[in-house]
Amino acid sequence: MTESQAHLLIVDDNKVNRLLMSRSVEMLGHRASLAENGRVAMQMLQTGRYDVLLLDIEMPEMDGFEVLEALKADPTLRDLPVIVTSSVEGLDNIVRCIELGAEDYIPKPVNKTLLNARLNSSLEKKRLYDEQKKLLQRFATDEVAKDLNEQGFTIGGRRMTATVLFCDIRDFTALSEDMSPEATIELLNTFYTLMFDAVTGHGGIVSLMVGDGLMALFGAPQALENSAQSAASAAQEMRDMMGVLNQERDAMGESMIKVGFGIATGEVVAGYAGTDARATYTCIGKTVNLAARLEAHTKVAGHTILCDLQTQRALVDGEGSAPLSPVQFKGFSEALDVFAL
Amino acid sequence: MTDALIDEAVFTELADAMGAEFAAELVDTFLSEAPGMFAELRAAFVGRDADNYRRAAHSIKSNADVFGARALADQARAMEMSELPENDTAIATLDAIYADTSAALKARLHD
Repeated sequence: MTESQAHLLIVDDNKVNRLLMSRSVEMLGHRASLAENGRVAMQMLQTGRYDVLLLDIEMPEMDGFEVLEALKADPTLRDLPVIVTSSVEGLDNIVRCIELGAEDYIPKPVNKTLLNARLNSSLEKKRLYDEQKKLLQRFATDEVAKDLNEQGFTIGGRRMTATVLFCDIRDFTALSEDMSPEATIELLNTFYTLMFDAVTGHGGIVSLMVGDGLMALFGAPQALENSAQSAASAAQEMRDMMGVLNQERDAMGESMIKVGFGIATGEVVAGYAGTDARATYTCIGKTVNLAARLEAHTKVAGHTILCDLQTQRALVDGEGSAPLSPVQFKGFSEALDVFAL
Repeated sequence: MTDALIDEAVFTELADAMGAEFAAELVDTFLSEAPGMFAELRAAFVGRDADNYRRAAHSIKSNADVFGARALADQARAMEMSELPENDTAIATLDAIYADTSAALKARLHD
């Protein structure tokens, strides 16, 4: 019984109803806290954790409709299941509750068997919500999870200014030919761990992992003060960490790993792309292409980190970067300035 | 008299589902809370406060339904759904029904 025990908040202005509801809930093996109107309930919800809300409609100070509206507007409380328990007259009032997000409606006086069935169903939904949230945190970055929680999921993009960073391991295919599959995966895991830490440490998100490379976004979905600087700092940190890793590999007689970085800043279309069943947060546009071209150009230019003009201009230490000769990239109409960091 | 005021099936179900002792405690609570609800109803009528009038009638109806107090619930429901009246006839009727209902509930406690 204790395993499935839930903590409910009963909101009702009438003492007889509060007594009856709390007794019913306790007889069903759950724990109940009481609030005598909506305002008190909202205060309790700010500090306490509840699994389900049993909500009356007709109440002084703040009625049930106002509570439902307040819950809907609060991202941290929006998923809390609400069962409206009321003897309010008129079907339109019940419809209004459901439209405002109530999970269910039980007429008063509340039948205990019916309450048990509805409660179990709501608790199961709550459990699934919680599980979903955990999954989301595991498979999406904090920023994307936060964006999904606040904005909800819709396929589609927004135009925004962001910085895109590409990075991959040079000649990884040749490198991995001499390695066992286990050693290859271990090397990739080390690489990804270092890269992820650097990207998220500077407020970016890793939006794509492909084979031996990754694409990171800075400034989307959450805005950053200076996305170009954040991306550049992340790349420099990654380069330094690869230096440390290579020293270790060198000491063990293993071959060095070379990494290239391309950074571009500009307008992108960012959002969830895919289908309703399988989607990822990503961004597309000329800026993304340019970052990829810059990364590929590191081999030719002989520099580890390359960036475009817009990134270079936004850097705190822009003069510290070396201008290279302009490059005519595939897919771009004119030659573009390139800088090495 | 008692049978007309209290729906036997509802009251028995309450006692069976929640325990006779708890049902008695609930009746006690209602009897001690009711004067306050009636006072609110009358104050709202005097103060011409339609919202509070409706809310007070709603609370009395809701509690009457718990005990199967049909006559009381019906009168309170009619008041909840009507406009704020010009005279206190409805309140006087409700008062009278409550006097009988509370007597019937008290009698039940001593059964």
